[in-house]
Amino acid sequence: MTILEFTAVVAIVSFVAGLLGSLTGLGGGVVLVPLLTLLFHVDIRYAIGASLVSVIATSSGAAAAYVKEGFSNIRIGMFLEIATTFGALLGAFLATRIPTSALAIIFGAVLIYSAYLSRKPRPLDQRNLPPDPLATRLRMNGSFPDLEGPRSYNVQHVPTGFSLMFGAGALSGLLGIGSGAVKVLAMDQAMRIPFKVSTTTSNFMIGVTAAASAGVYLSRGYVDPGLAMPVMLGVLAGSLLGTRILVRAETKSLRLVFSVVILVLGLQMLYKGFWGKI
Amino acid sequence: MPTAEAPAPQPHPQPQSWDDHRIEVILGNLLRSGVLFSAAVVLSGASVYLFHHGHEPADYRIFRGEPSEFRTIAGVIHSAVHGRGRGLIQLGLLLLIATPIARVAFSVVGFGIEGDRMYVVFTLIVLAILLYSLIGSGVGV
Repeated sequence: MTILEFTAVVAIVSFVAGLLGSLTGLGGGVVLVPLLTLLFHVDIRYAIGASLVSVIATSSGAAAAYVKEGFSNIRIGMFLEIATTFGALLGAFLATRIPTSALAIIFGAVLIYSAYLSRKPRPLDQRNLPPDPLATRLRMNGSFPDLEGPRSYNVQHVPTGFSLMFGAGALSGLLGIGSGAVKVLAMDQAMRIPFKVSTTTSNFMIGVTAAASAGVYLSRGYVDPGLAMPVMLGVLAGSLLGTRILVRAETKSLRLVFSVVILVLGLQMLYKGFWGKI
Repeated sequence: MPTAEAPAPQPHPQPQSWDDHRIEVILGNLLRSGVLFSAAVVLSGASVYLFHHGHEPADYRIFRGEPSEFRTIAGVIHSAVHGRGRGLIQLGLLLLIATPIARVAFSVVGFGIEGDRMYVVFTLIVLAILLYSLIGSGVGV
């Protein structure tokens, strides 16, 4: 394959990944690395570098749209970014030390978990929780516009959320993904932040988290301009289009298809990792 | 005759303070412009790169690591200034990495204006980690 053909095909695949990722809310970054390694036989380190850069692009590109809705909570986001950026830095350093087969196995496990999480019904937002002293001190409690007027919420279990966020950051730095699945676990389930607030706040955090490991990747030579270019442009264009069309009726079956794709890719990554084919 | 009226819905319900939301809107627009600008730089580099190298074989099977000109800020700028396609792409990617960092830097100012010292400190910690990754971890200037 010539560079021209390779660039075109990778750009198209990245565009579709970005589009599906934004339509389903599952994120496109998570399928990019397996697609690049399994389909195009790209070394997993180059794939991770390119994917990480595209994660920054989608997060920052969608930020303006999310902000207008007025759901995100910058205090929660900034406080938790201490954990995610620190974790991301550690993850990126770790990625340069551990064998690529181990990376593939961890990646496979994360993909399978993401597929499982996307099929699980989301727990209902719990209302009228008592204020938590630590969350109150950190001024994290807030309110957001709901159907029946502004609704206030009290953030819970800050230390648990903070630790989980450190893990989310480490996975992001290790695998070059947004690790939205772990972020949802931390914010929805541990900290009991309402779904709308947690998804928009998490989008903001993803870009900052990825930027923390991007510097390490760049200095280690993982970011190849020839590969990162079609990936970043494709994913960005796809996700921007995805936020525009948002066909609500179609997302349910689309989510099912996409989660099956994620599951299959996860199994493939596990297989390749265990049998040393990566 | 209705005595207890339901509270009128606010025209624009605030998630937190008005200042918070205004800062958010400014930052959101900043991020989007940063991303679009860096995408334009990447695209210009891509045209140069594909024009010169488009017909060479593509091979990413074996990891060699990038040469130093694509691994340091000074190297990337040097390469981009000399009109090299891959240097320009890498410059665009550096600008992309810089957009969330700029967002955090502006948040320091935002929290400062609001007089929220605790969050100025938190934001400075995040900024320090980000700058360490970009400059301290070996990318260098």
